[in-house]
Amino acid sequence: MKLSLLGLAALAVLPLSAAAQKSTAEGIAEYRAMLADGNPAELYEAKGEALWKQARGPKNASLEKCDLGKGPGVVKGAFVELPRFFADTQRVQDLESRLLSCMEQLQGFDAAEIAKTNFGVGEQKTIESLVAYISGESRGMSFNLPQAHAKEKLMYEVGKKVFYLRGGPYDFSCASCHGEDNKRVRLQDLPNLTKQPSASLGFGAWPAYRVSSGDLWSMQRRLNDCYRQQRFPFPGYASDATIALGVYMGVNSKGGASTAPALKR
Amino acid sequence: MKNTHKKTAWLAAGLTVSALLASCATAPSAQQVDEATRQVLQNSFREQGIAKLDRLKLDASNQACSEAAGVALDDKLAKSIESANLQTVKLPSDGKFVGSWSEGEKIAQNGRGLTWSDKPGEANGGSCYNCHQISKAELSFGSIGPSLYNYGKLRGVSDPAAEASKPIVEYTWGKLWNAKAYNACSDMPRFGHAGILSEQQIRDVMALLLDPQSPVNK
Repeated sequence: MKLSLLGLAALAVLPLSAAAQKSTAEGIAEYRAMLADGNPAELYEAKGEALWKQARGPKNASLEKCDLGKGPGVVKGAFVELPRFFADTQRVQDLESRLLSCMEQLQGFDAAEIAKTNFGVGEQKTIESLVAYISGESRGMSFNLPQAHAKEKLMYEVGKKVFYLRGGPYDFSCASCHGEDNKRVRLQDLPNLTKQPSASLGFGAWPAYRVSSGDLWSMQRRLNDCYRQQRFPFPGYASDATIALGVYMGVNSKGGASTAPALKR
Repeated sequence: MKNTHKKTAWLAAGLTVSALLASCATAPSAQQVDEATRQVLQNSFREQGIAKLDRLKLDASNQACSEAAGVALDDKLAKSIESANLQTVKLPSDGKFVGSWSEGEKIAQNGRGLTWSDKPGEANGGSCYNCHQISKAELSFGSIGPSLYNYGKLRGVSDPAAEASKPIVEYTWGKLWNAKAYNACSDMPRFGHAGILSEQQIRDVMALLLDPQSPVNK
């Protein structure tokens, strides 16, 4: 694993003392705080708001009538209640699968085609900005995913199963890295996603601007790269396994604040 | 007496049914969850590059540890998983356990291999520093596994070839080959058993841990 530019920058300003491990993490946190004044994610937020309101696609319509769970067009507070059950699709959906539905129904895009598109290109690029805008509108609000519907409850339990599923040549599960407190891979702190307060620190930071890749990563992209490193097969974009994990992590984050779109190494 | 028993049994059955109905409204049954999970996994993943769908087929160890969901297995099940894994351990074909510590250090540093973006046939790394402290010089180490600094020294290995070192040398080989032989739900990959590292690579990692000349034991 190579050190990111940010990691190197943080190391360079720190004395290599016996406490180097902790102070490196602190250094990175300070560096993030410094950059937070000018988090590049803000550019994506502004672009996302414009894209939300812009008439686009084969039907030349905006997304302003999109129902993210709190009624058509309501953006504020929607992010901290997702994933949730939607009556029109009869599915539990996360933000990105819901955006696919809205882009198809309102704007006439082909959702399956967008789901097959690589991250960072075409309409996936549009989604990057949209998720930055939508999550930013709930910044500082507390996670409170609904769990009243039977399908929401079922998806939480499925998400837990998927979280603990060990497979692939390395026998890794999500829990291998994210099931205990105070663990690191190399110098990277790993949030325990099974309980508070650590669950919302991890789950509530994505989408995030990732300094090492110079791009805004959605939660779907974050999960995709986790599965790559877990040595698993490829999870489909907005597939039910990723949505179930979203329910599991989101419900575990109850009461914690959303910081998305955050800044990551 | 008999009638009272019958009545109690009926009452108990009635309670069980209403409890079941109530639990349907509050939480899905284990069977519903298992079936939904099976369908979700089947519909969600596809193969990509070298990462084929057979990676989602769990062996008995992964099945039991997945179902445990972070809770310790009962002793009997843990022991049976450990003994099954112990039987897979292949000791080195030529009886040589220890290779080059400097090659071992490179393998420990290398975290690449077997993802869908890796090419087939490339040598994999051991990813050791991702989870363990090993040499004192490398500050960028993870904390999922215990520190391995002074591994050989702390275990009194002054000559890995000596008869007295045999138990710890064989244990260490076994641990690298198949960590689940000693801890049923260990987080550590089964480097030999799963074909992640070659026999020679394992010899080199052995040297990193056990050779008195290795920086690990300085």
